[in-house]
Formats: sequence, C-alpha cells, structure tokens
Amino acid sequence: MKLDSRIPQGPIETAWDNSRFEMKLVNPANKRKFTVIVVGSGLAGASAAASLGEMGYNVKCFCFQDSPRRAHSIAAQGGINAAKNYQNDGDSIYRLFYDTVKGGDFRAREYNVYRLAQNSVKIIDQCVAQGVPFAREYGGLLANRSFGGAQVSRTFYARGQTGQQLLIGAYQALEAQVATGRVTMYPRTEMLDLVVIDGKARGIITRNLVTGQIESHVADAVVLGTGGYGNVFYLSTNAKGSNCTAIWRAYKHGAAFGNPCFTQIHPTCIPVSGDYQSKLTLMSESLRNDGRIWVPKKVGDKRSPSQIPEDERDYYLERRYPSFGNLVPRDVASRAAKAVCDEGRGAGSGETALGVYLDFAESIKRLGRSTIEERYGNLFEMYERIAGEDPYKVPMRIYPAIHYTMGGLWVDYQLMSTIPGLFVAGEANFSDHGANRLGASALMQGLSDGYFVLPYTLGNYLAANKPDSLKTNAPEFAAAMDAVKDRSKQLLSIKGKRTVSSFHRELGKIIWDNCGMARNAEGLRGAISEVRALREEFWKDVNVPGSEGELNQQLENAGRVADFFELGELMCLDALERNESCGGHFREEYQTPDGEAMRDDENYQYVAAWEYKGEGNAPELHKEHLEFAYVHPAQRSYK
Amino acid sequence: MSPAAITGGSGGTLRFFESTIFKKAVMASTGAILFGFVTAHLLGNLQIFVGQDRLNEYAAMLKSNAEILWGARSILLFCVVAHIVSTIQLLRVNRQARPVAYAKKNNSHSTLASRTMYYSGPTIAAFVVYHLLHFTTGTLHPEFSQADVYSNIILGFQRWPVAIAYIVAVGLLCMHLSHGVSSMFQSLGFSHPQHTPRIRRFARTVGILYFAGFASIPVAVITGILRAPIVHL
Amino acid sequence: MNLTLHVWRQKNTGSAGRMERYDATDVNPDMSFLEMLDVVNEGLISSGKEPIAFEHDCREGICGSCGFVINGIPHGPHKGTTVCQLHMRHFKDGDELFLEPWRAKAFPVVKDLVVDRGAFDRIIASGGYITARTGSAQDGNNIQIPKGAADSAMDAAACIGCGACVAACPNAAAALFTGAKISHLGLLPQGQAERDRRALGMVAQVNAEMFGTCTNVGECEAVCPKGISIEVIARMNADYLRASWKDRGARKESGE
Repeated sequence: MKLDSRIPQGPIETAWDNSRFEMKLVNPANKRKFTVIVVGSGLAGASAAASLGEMGYNVKCFCFQDSPRRAHSIAAQGGINAAKNYQNDGDSIYRLFYDTVKGGDFRAREYNVYRLAQNSVKIIDQCVAQGVPFAREYGGLLANRSFGGAQVSRTFYARGQTGQQLLIGAYQALEAQVATGRVTMYPRTEMLDLVVIDGKARGIITRNLVTGQIESHVADAVVLGTGGYGNVFYLSTNAKGSNCTAIWRAYKHGAAFGNPCFTQIHPTCIPVSGDYQSKLTLMSESLRNDGRIWVPKKVGDKRSPSQIPEDERDYYLERRYPSFGNLVPRDVASRAAKAVCDEGRGAGSGETALGVYLDFAESIKRLGRSTIEERYGNLFEMYERIAGEDPYKVPMRIYPAIHYTMGGLWVDYQLMSTIPGLFVAGEANFSDHGANRLGASALMQGLSDGYFVLPYTLGNYLAANKPDSLKTNAPEFAAAMDAVKDRSKQLLSIKGKRTVSSFHRELGKIIWDNCGMARNAEGLRGAISEVRALREEFWKDVNVPGSEGELNQQLENAGRVADFFELGELMCLDALERNESCGGHFREEYQTPDGEAMRDDENYQYVAAWEYKGEGNAPELHKEHLEFAYVHPAQRSYK
Repeated sequence: MSPAAITGGSGGTLRFFESTIFKKAVMASTGAILFGFVTAHLLGNLQIFVGQDRLNEYAAMLKSNAEILWGARSILLFCVVAHIVSTIQLLRVNRQARPVAYAKKNNSHSTLASRTMYYSGPTIAAFVVYHLLHFTTGTLHPEFSQADVYSNIILGFQRWPVAIAYIVAVGLLCMHLSHGVSSMFQSLGFSHPQHTPRIRRFARTVGILYFAGFASIPVAVITGILRAPIVHL
Repeated sequence: MNLTLHVWRQKNTGSAGRMERYDATDVNPDMSFLEMLDVVNEGLISSGKEPIAFEHDCREGICGSCGFVINGIPHGPHKGTTVCQLHMRHFKDGDELFLEPWRAKAFPVVKDLVVDRGAFDRIIASGGYITARTGSAQDGNNIQIPKGAADSAMDAAACIGCGACVAACPNAAAALFTGAKISHLGLLPQGQAERDRRALGMVAQVNAEMFGTCTNVGECEAVCPKGISIEVIARMNADYLRASWKDRGARKESGE
C-alpha cells in the first residue's frame, strides 16, 4: 500500500481553489447516469447526499435509524465555528486554521485544515439560507460566543441545540431531494459489508432491520459518513446505535485506518451513577465559560460542597493554567480532572467519587440568576432531570467521558480512502483534527466535507470512471451476501450464556482503563491480550436471541460489538506504537515533570495508517509524514 | 426498489374543500354565526324578566317580517347543517386515524368541554329539534298559544321534567360554547401569546354566564319567581 | 423498588398484539426508564425469552427515537421529558405501569413498542424545507432577523419528531408536528418564498397519511418533550387557508 495524500502544491491560501480548478467535471447530462451510495445521514452524510442529489447524481442514502433526522450529529450542543470575524475581534481564516492545527497538537494536515477554515465561512451562509435559526442579536445580526478555549468569539449557535438545528437543515435539504426522486432514502437499513470489484468500491451489502432481508446495492462510488467509534468504550456520549461496522468492513477490504488511538475525552459529562448505566450525557462545554471547577483540597473530604469553605477548595485549573483557567482545551481539562480524582480528591460522597464540581454560585451572584438561566437554562434542566439535583443551588458534578474519535479511515486531500471510489466524510475519517479536536469544530468538519468538498472531489473521481453496466448479480455481490448471512447465522447459533451487553460493558472497561485518558505500554499490552481473550469468549458464549428474519435489536448489536472487539485491539496497538503524548493520546511514560504532555516531533510527526493483513496477521503500519510549513510545532501551553 | 426505500410525499394536490383544515374552518365560522344567534336568543329570552307584554311584543316583532325571519332561519339552518356535516366528516377521519385503542389513556391535560364536543354536539342538536317542536311550532306543547310566548314558557317549564331537561341541555350547550368560542380562533388561524389566553378566559366566562342566563328562566319558573300567566281573553 | 409492567407485545406489523405482564425488581431510582427496561431485557434474554423491542438512540432527549405511552401518557408522567431521560425516581415501589406503542393508523407498529414514523419524513419531503442550493447562499448577515422572530422560529424548530403529539391526540392528528415545521420556516424571512407551497404540500401529505384532525384540545402540547405550543397549529391553519385562497387563482391559470 502506498499512501498518496494528493496534497496540492503551492501556497496554502489558494491551494483549494487551484485544485478545484484542476478537477475533472462530469457533464451535466451524464450525472444522472452515476449512482452514488451515501452511508449515514448525519451532518456529513445528509449534506453530501443532498448536495449530490441537487447536482443531478443518482443518490442512495442509508441510515440504521428510522429516519435520517436522528443521526447522532443531532446531539451536538455548543455550536459551530466559522472565521467570519463578525465580532471584530481579530479572527480570520488564517487564525482559525492556526488554532485548529495547534489545538490538534500538530498531528493534522495543514492543507486540509486550511480548507476547513475557508469552508467554515460558507457553511454559515448556507445554513442561514436553509433556515437554521441561529441565535441573533437585537439588531438582527448573527450572535457569537467564545467556546472551548478560543480567544475569539467565532462560535455560531442555536441555543444548546446547534447540532440538531444544523442536522435538521441538512435533513430538510435531503428530504427535498427525496421528493424530487434524485435521492432514495433507505432508513432502518444497516450496511454490513463493502463490495470491492477490480480494486474499486462498487457497492454495499445491507440488512433491512425490519424484515432482516440482506440486500445488495451497486454504485459508482461509495461515501461513508458513519460517524465515530466512541462506543468501543461502551459508556460514551455517543448514541447507543453509533457503531464502527461500516468503517471496519471497509478497513477489512483494504482501506487504511488512520490514528485509531486518537480519541477525545470530553471534560463536562454527568458522572456515572451505577452499573446499569447505559450511556453518559454530555453537557455543553460552554458551561465552563461561567462555571468554576474545583475539588476539595483535602484527600477524602466527604463533606457536601456547601460545607467546604472557600479556602479549602482547590480551583485546580485556575491554579495550574492561570491564563486559560477553566477554559483550557478538552484534553487538558479532562486529564486534570482525572489527576485530582486519582489523588482521592474527587467530588461527591460515593465510593469512587469520580467527579469534580462545576460551580455557578459566583456567576449567579455576579450576573444574576436570570442571565445564567438564559445562557444555560436547558443544560441546567437536563442536569436536574438526570442527576436529581438543582444546579442553581448545588454545584454540578462532572467527569470526563469519551466523546469523539479523531481517528478514522485514512483519506487523502480529496477525502478518498486507500480504496478507489470509497470516500469517507465527517467523524468517520481521520482528517482535520489531528490528535485533539477543538470545541465546535466537529459540526464544521462534517458540513465542510459534505457540502463543500465531496461534491467536487467525487465528481473528479467519477469523471475518470465511465458508468458501466455492473449489476448486483455480479458474483462478488453474491459472495459478499453469503458471507454476511453466514456471520448472522453464526451469531444466532452460538446460544451461549452471556448477553451481548455484558460483553460490550466488559470490553469498554478494558479500553477505558488502558486506552482512555491515560495510557502506558504495560497496560496497553495487557489490554490487547484481554481483548483477544474476551473476543474469543464472545464467539463461544454469546447469547443472541430471536431469528434473522425480523426486527432483532440483539442481533444488530451483536454484529456491532463483534467489530468493536477488533477495533479496540487496533486502538491499543496504535497507542502502544505511538511513544509520545499528544492531544487526546496521553502516554504516562511521556510527560514533563509537572504532568504535561510531551510530544515527540522528531519520531512521531506522522499519521499512523494501519493496513489490514488478514485474520490472525498483525496489521501493517504505514506512515504519512506531516509537513508544517505554516504553523511551526511548539509545545502547546495554556499556562 | 427495496421495500425499505422511502420516497417523497405522494399527497399531491389536495382539494381545498376536502382538507380537514377547511372543514375545521367551516365549523369555526358556522359556529361563530350560531354563537351570535345564541347570544341574541339569550338577550331576547331574558326580556321575560321585564314582563309578559315586553316578551310577547319582542316575539311579535321578530315574526313581523316574513322575509327577514325566513332569511335568518335559512342562514341558521345552513350553518347547523354545515356544522354537523363537517363534524361527521371529521369524525370519520378521526375514527380511522386510530384503529387500535389504548388499553389505558390519560387525557387529563385537556378540558372536559373540549373532550366532550362529540357528545355535547349531538345532544344539543336533539335538544334544538325538541325545542323547536316545543316552543316554535307547539307540536309538543299541550297548552301552546301562537301569540303568547310568555305563557308558553311559563306553562312549559312548570312541568319540572321539562325544566330539568332544559337546564341540562343548556348546560351542555354552554360547555360546547366554552370550548368552541376559543377553538374557533385557533381553527381560523388566530393565535397570540397575550390574546389567546384572554380569549380562553372569555370563552370560559361566556360558558358560565350564558348558562346562568339560560338556566335562570326555568329555575325562576319552578321556584315561582316568574308567575303564572295572566290570561287575556 | 419493584414494579409491575404490562407491555404491549406484537411480533410484527401484520400480527395481532397483546399486553403481557412482567416484573421489574430491584429498580434503582437513579436509573432512566430505558435503563430499567435494559435490565428487564437482560433478564428475559437470560431466561430464554424474547426481549422487549423499543426504539432508542441518543438517550439524551434530542434524537426523537424513543417514546412509548406509560399509563396513558406519551413519554410518561414527567413534563418536558422523553422516556430516555425519565428517571425512576418519579415512580414509587409497587407501581403498576402499562407500556403501549404510539397508536395511530399512520404509525403502524413494527414490533412491540416500535412504530414506523416514516409518515413524518414524507410530510417534511412535501414542503418542509427552504430550497437553498448548496453554495448559492449570500452572506449570513445580509439577512437581518429580529431576535424575537429568530427565537420564535427556534421554539418551533426544537421539535424532535418523536411523535408523542400524535400519540397523545385523541384524534391521532399530526397538527403539532406539521405546524411546528410550518412555523419554524414561516417565521423566517428566508422561508417566505415557499411559504404557500409549503403549507399546501405539507397539509396535503398529512391528509394522505391518514392522520386525524386537530380539534384544539391541547393534549399534544402538554406531552411535547420540547414544550411546543399549539400556537404553531394556528399558524399552520392560517398559512393553509391563505395559501388555498391564493392558490385557486393559480390553479385556474394552469388549468388544473
């Protein structure tokens, strides 16, 4: 395998324009002769499917949910960044680019990130035109807030439901294309395999989740916008259905997997309350704008927060990072929370006391309850609903949780994977965020890929590949369908003693303990063998009830968990291979004396792209060296 | 195409007159007219407390111009028919919309009046028929006099089952109004954060006041406040 | 705490369903309702029985996947909450709970508590959008929108498409859902060009899907997890009536 990143030559400011000009175009009359499959209907998938439909391609869009509107992009709360400089605070495309490269701890491609910053401006315009009700000022202009440690106010938002509103915008555009017949929507349909013919992605195998029917779909190109793999941790802020099956099937067909160990822990989630816990709920990190984070100074202090006097509280972020304080980037805030809890200074009276206080008392005193209510009312309500405590009176308890995966399928500048004709967009690909994603940048990337990158790059690919008469009766489809059916049958026939969830929970714990906020070589080695053993046990002892030809949520889940085992192992391997600390990847062996991450640019300034080498063989590591011609690598400092 | 594929809406163009929103608008506008009639009728009836001559003169005045009388009656009849026809059509749609009923359903968020429109409506219709046969044509009134409305009322209500039936019926009518009067604004597309709550309060008040007004007559007859008629020979 | 559950079990759309009784034991008050069902399901699987199918995804009240009727109230007794965020602390030991799917002809039962809400997608496809071809937009700040209008549009746009409004409506009407979309887009200047077309198209689709009629009782707004007001239904009625009036002329011209 050779990684050709197809990064354009020339100055970064004009690179995207120039490369767009150089791309081949598909004749308008020919567009309808090309079929494009889009898997996933989140921001990336829906915006790509809608845009491609508008352009005249014949699009088939798939989602496992009952409606494309339910994709997990919907849960993003805080906002979307754009370099509009509407606030006149010195923002620019270059600054957004700079912040994103730096925030990603110098593990992202400069040219990709610059294009992302350029597109950010167009995204806002596009979404406003679609009717996304962004927050406005009294003068009728768009409002902004500063977010997640940015020194400028460049985040656009729609209350605490920005992801929802952006997704609804893309979903409506998608449905408009469904109405014209240019896009056919397949809800409750899960992709279970990729079909590669003559080295090119030519279709997918799906399962109709209602009838259980296995079907083939042929296309001239396949786009995966299937999101991240955070659910490998079992407890995450992802939706329960979010899974890695689509990208994992592609990986097994030869698509390289980029930086699997780069996962992001979000610092402000509601802590775990018990064994039954099925998922973790994130609260927007905008809360850190007005909330102060603290823990008791004394180890094992079990007093209720109101009884702990001011001078016995440790506002540890403000203490350690005086200039950024509570607004340090996510990875830094998360690790600091873990550190104080590991010292035994966690908040709360429970056995484990895994949590820190996020206190609004001072802000309420300074700004008044009504201002706080206006800013965070819905978040406070949500907290109260879940935790059963009123955050206006008692400080919130928060703890980090897995939230986003920067890693994903490796793609070139044109978002094509190492399988020609297989494009990957949004969180499913590895690009743009490096080792750490900044707040309010996920929505930006999903929409940039879907609205403003794929429509051009996909055309460039299709223009060089004439439509042919390939049909689903080709032998490759039949073989892939048989393989998918066999796997389902196998899962159903084990009839062991343990439920799918019990395996998933155990896998999640192994990964969280060893490949979570802090990692070390010994733990990772142990995790790899534990995951392997657990996977073996899964295939011997899992109990999947029901049958194939019906709605069978256990069977769906079993297939997803089976893939998580394999991905989990690869994550640990990648983390073990990367002997440095950068962004969300913190190796305990590589830290400064005061506990900050130590990057190793000399040896690890590359993208790790893993190639599948067959069952039982170790995957092969390919390295894409990263050049930094514009932003010079420096240690991130938020002190 | 796979059975899972979803394509766009196939609703096509709906004829305006077939739409449920149009039918609700018909119910609202005919309801408004009928509400106007009920208001006028109540004000007319309350003249019974002024005296026999006043009421009888008023009744004679109403009947003095046959064209106006029959004109008004045909408008009201049209409204009643349109109101009922729309209701029946909507009821059919609504019955089909939920073929399997809930084993348990809690509707406590809505008002009793709003939930009983389908029952109060037909009862009122039956009552109107009886009312016409009783006081307008006299068919069901044993002591009916064409010219003496006042006596008809007093003699009619002195039979207590009749009086009670009237009280129950106007009770239902007023419940019907208390939902209908606010609902018609909503059906015709008027809603306002400040005014809509006022309209709802107004409608509730109308229900109570109108009930008090209508019921006061049979109550006054039974309790003897309104006295037996003086027979003019 | 211990609870008794009566759950609607139905194999698929074609078959008949019935209520079945289950015991939920040792329920932790900090669990969400769905986590309680997870535990019940784990027990069912272990004892060789078929688990209860229910729809869920984000479990944080925003995707709109989850929802069933608990003791006659869609999403259960706690106001402004989807079942995934309904916690067991709102129930007490010994409670007897009846769980039923949304019941409407337009929402056929797929299995147990799972229904098919494809009708909502088709309603949106019939006009619930603003046509803005990708890349054709002007600068976002060229369109000034008064804060009040943007806020009201956002109130309506908060709809998660869960279908509780239909489930609660005595007539199984989709008026709150449709009105919310018509209001969201109709309140914004960008939505004006297609406003008439939108109202006509969406209302036609609602009728074609066999939803019932709004009779203004207000059960929908009481159960809406996002607190959407029936004001949006009045806006839909107004838009539809006005559009129909204007549309008569247009149809005459096109000879329809």
